[in-house]
This record gives sequence, C-alpha cells and structure tokens, in this order.
Amino acid sequence: MFNSTTFLAILPEILILVVAMLILVAEPFWKAEQRRNVGWLTAGGLFAVMIISLLFGRPGDPITVLGGMVRFDWLGFFFKMLFLFAGAATSLLLMDNDRVGHRGEAYLLLLASLLGMDLMAASADLVMLYLAIETTSIPLYILSGFMLADEHSTEAGFKYLLFGAMSSAVMLYGFSLLFGFAGTTNIYELKTVLAAGPNTLVMVLGIIFLLLVGLGFKVSVVPFHFWAPDVYQGAPTPVAGFLSTASKAAGFAVLTRLFFVAFPGFSQSWTLIFAVIATVTMTVGNLLALPQTNVKRLLAYSSIAHAGYVMIGVVSFSVLGAASVVFYLAAYIVTNLLAFGIVMAVSRIIGSDDVKDYSGLSRRNPGLALMMLAAFLSLAGMPPFGGFVAKVFVFAAGVQAGYVWLVIVGILNSIIGVYYYLNVMKYVYLFRMPNEDEEKHPVPLTRPYTIALVILALGVILVGTLFAPWFSWSDMAAMNLF
Amino acid sequence: MVPLSWYLILSAGLFSIGLFGVLTRRNAVAILLGVELMLNSVNVNLAAFWRYGDVTQMAGQVFAIIVFAVAAAEVAVGLALVISVYRKRNTVIADDIDLMKW
Repeated sequence: MFNSTTFLAILPEILILVVAMLILVAEPFWKAEQRRNVGWLTAGGLFAVMIISLLFGRPGDPITVLGGMVRFDWLGFFFKMLFLFAGAATSLLLMDNDRVGHRGEAYLLLLASLLGMDLMAASADLVMLYLAIETTSIPLYILSGFMLADEHSTEAGFKYLLFGAMSSAVMLYGFSLLFGFAGTTNIYELKTVLAAGPNTLVMVLGIIFLLLVGLGFKVSVVPFHFWAPDVYQGAPTPVAGFLSTASKAAGFAVLTRLFFVAFPGFSQSWTLIFAVIATVTMTVGNLLALPQTNVKRLLAYSSIAHAGYVMIGVVSFSVLGAASVVFYLAAYIVTNLLAFGIVMAVSRIIGSDDVKDYSGLSRRNPGLALMMLAAFLSLAGMPPFGGFVAKVFVFAAGVQAGYVWLVIVGILNSIIGVYYYLNVMKYVYLFRMPNEDEEKHPVPLTRPYTIALVILALGVILVGTLFAPWFSWSDMAAMNLF
Repeated sequence: MVPLSWYLILSAGLFSIGLFGVLTRRNAVAILLGVELMLNSVNVNLAAFWRYGDVTQMAGQVFAIIVFAVAAAEVAVGLALVISVYRKRNTVIADDIDLMKW
C-alpha cells in the first residue's frame, strides 16, 4: 500500500513536517534576541520544499492514494505550491513583527496550518477533509489571538474561534448526513452514488446548505463573513494577510473539488445558489469597504468582495471556470499578501493603521508607495497587474456559462472597488503630512520586508504580464476536475 | 431493534439544542458547550449510520473517533482563548467583548 507514489503524493507535507522539526531543534540554540532568525529558517525551508516538490514531486495522471484519502493531481499540487509560497512570504513578514516574530511557536503554528491547507487541497475523502480543515483552523485561532498583551488580538482570536467552531460543526453535520445517505465518505464515489440513488433534490440541497455554512465561513462570503473584519483588524497583520490569502484559497480549493466532483448532477441548483451568494458578497463587501478608515478593515471588506468575484468562476461550472478560479487565487495571493505586507511595514514605523496617517507616504518612502500603488491597482483590477487578467478570466468564464447578469454585477462592483482603493492612494500620493517635513520621517524597510515585498511586487507584475504559463498551469489543474 | 430514524431524530434534536445554545447564550463557555453538543450529535449520526449501513466498512467509526479527537483539541484551544480574553477584559460575556465593530 505504501509505495513511492504514495510518498510523492504527500512529499510537500512530509517536508513541511521536517522543516517544523528543524525549527523545534534549532530554536533553543538561538539567544532570545536572535530568535527572529527562525523566520529565515522557515522561509528558506519552505522555499526548499517548493523547489524539491517541483523537481521530484510533480503529479502524473490523477490517482488516489493512502486508502482513498488523498488525491494526487495537478489541482492539489498547484494549490500546494501557492500555499508554500504564501507561507514563505508570511514567515518573512512575521520576522520583524516585534510582538510575534521572535517566538518560535508562531512559525511552528504557521507550518501546522500550512500542512492542513496542503491536505485540504488534496483530500479526496470527507474524513480527511474534516481533519485537514481543522488542522488548518486550530493553529490559526491561536495565531489570531497570539498577542496576549493586546486586547484587540485576544478578541480577534476569541471571535474567530467561536465563529469557526460553530460553522465547522454545522458543516460536519452535513458530512455525517452525506455519509449516511451515500454510504461512503469518498468524494469521488459520492458522485456515482448520488447520481444512482433515490436522493431527492430537497435532501441534497439541505446537505449543500450545511456544507456551505462551513466552507462559506472559510472563504468569508456573505452571510458568513462577520468574523473577517474583526479578526483581520485584531490579529497580528502577517497572520491577517495569511488568513485572507492562503486560508481563503484553501477554502476555494475544497469548494471547487467538492462541488465539481461530488455534486455535478445537481449543478443546476447549486450554481444558482452560488450566483446569488456571489452577487450579495461582491455588493456587500464593496459597499461596506467604502466608509472604512482603518486600512486593515478596508482590506478585510475588499477580501470579502474578492471572494465574490472568485465565486463567479465557481458558478460557471466549466473547465474555464475552474481554471479562472485557480488563476484568480494565484493572482490574489500575491497581490493581497503584498498589500498586507506594506500595511505591516508602514504600521511598524508609524504605529497606526488609519488611512489618514498614510499621508505623505510617497515622500517618506517612494519605493514602498510605488509597490503599494501596484498592489492596490491590482486589487482594483487595473492592467498590467495580476488582478486585471484574473478578473478578465473570471468574467469570461461567467459569460461563457451564460451568467451575463452576474458578470455585469461583477463589473459594476469592480468600479466601486476602484473608488476606495484609489482613495487610499490619494492619501499616499497627494496628501502631505501636516506641518512636517516628510524627509525627516522616513519609513525604512528591514531586510526581510524588502525581500518579501520585492518578490511579491514582481509576482504581481509577472502574473499580470506573462500570464500564459500561469494560465496553462491553472488550466491543467482545472482539467483534473472533469 | 430500534429503527434508524429514532437515532436521527435524537441527533437532530441534539444538534438543534446545541445550535440554539450557540446562537442565544452570551457566556463564551456556554457557547463552547453548545458546539460540543453539535459535535456529539454528529457522532450519534455517524455511529447510527455505520451500524445500520455496511458494518464491514470502518469509515463511520473512524470518522466518529476523529471527530471527538478534533473536538478535544478545539475545546482546549477554545478555553485557552477564553482565558486570555478573561485576563484582559475580566469578562467572558460575548456581548461585552466588542472592541471592534463595523
């Protein structure tokens, strides 16, 4: 049962575990003031994991290993690489967070949740899926409440836990019913059983609703989004960035695999439900982002809106739709990590997340302001950045599937988005610090920030200009679903 | 033998009581208790479906074992977070923990 293919299928997970153990061994040897070096170890380790997996662990034809628990295919593999990248960038950004970066546990928890995400993207069985989702969530609850001396952080962890525990319990009830009615927990067998059995539409829709509560919470779509702004604002900023990118992408990986593979026979109904959710999510996210004055809360609502755009790709229920979901998430991960990274680097110096305090940033650090412009224009969907191409593909998939009204809603929402993204840039570029000479208040970047932000900024431009290879990989991943 | 539907009604009842508790109770510890009830209703479901289905398949039992292992981990983290909030704010009433709104 355990042969070399099994080993290759979970190669990234095994290597993540190795990195985690390295950290445990190495951390005590560093003096307290050098502990932030664990961040270098984590980032370097994850980068090495990526390289090794890309060289040796590439999947061939899709197969299911470990007794039907894990699916080894391009869809899972592509997402795993995205998560590893996000994890490496996050650990670089964690390093100079004064209250988190010198604690080895933070990196360990990050790796634990990364392990869960990798398994989420690859799991082919409800048991594995539940375990992977909880392995992802529980370390993230702790990380959100990591700054014990900070009232906002403890509150964020507390709220995230209460919402998360409830919604995952509801989803689990859906899993148990699905197991009961189908008699199997394997996602790939569910499809045939559900198609053959005397299952009424009402029953399957009930189960789908229960599943949506849990998965909707993970990807933060309306009406399961209430936790997102509070948690993003309160949690340590690198963790918030990780939550809004990797955790959300993992949720979408599960959502696409589960619904595309297990419920194709009921696609008429669930695509309509998803279309409604996408509409509400985009609109609510964008409208609530308008009055925000805290950059982290603004990014939280913007990330809710982005979940709505990705939903359009899921609604399409086609190869192009799935490929556009994967591509959108790739572009979104680099873009949003860049945005959060910049917020982090700025708030470390100016000690505030208020939009007004960004006044004159373009004079305090021109390079940082330029990267911020790239990130926010990409979020707004402007060429030549990744966000633009991603939106084009998602909308194209929507039109191809006949959801023109949904695409129109999406485009109108993108226009609302441009307003609040550019509003922040107005403070950065047009406004000056009141009665101060900006030259005397520079915003210096430490080395980990510089490396992470430059790589992410290059990524944003690369995904937006040389998008053909990225898209063909996304396409290859999407083909595995059909 | 007791019919399967009785077990399902029991578990649906447990689940509803748990969900009601989560949504209405204000004390964080009581909310966590509600979540536990919901998870246990899932276990009743899984065990019943396993017993009345294909008994040679282990999936239902394994799933139930994994659920209570995860539930234990979740509650450990949950109580730790509740304590950390209690230390800062001197309350575990969810309504009073409202530093961040809108």
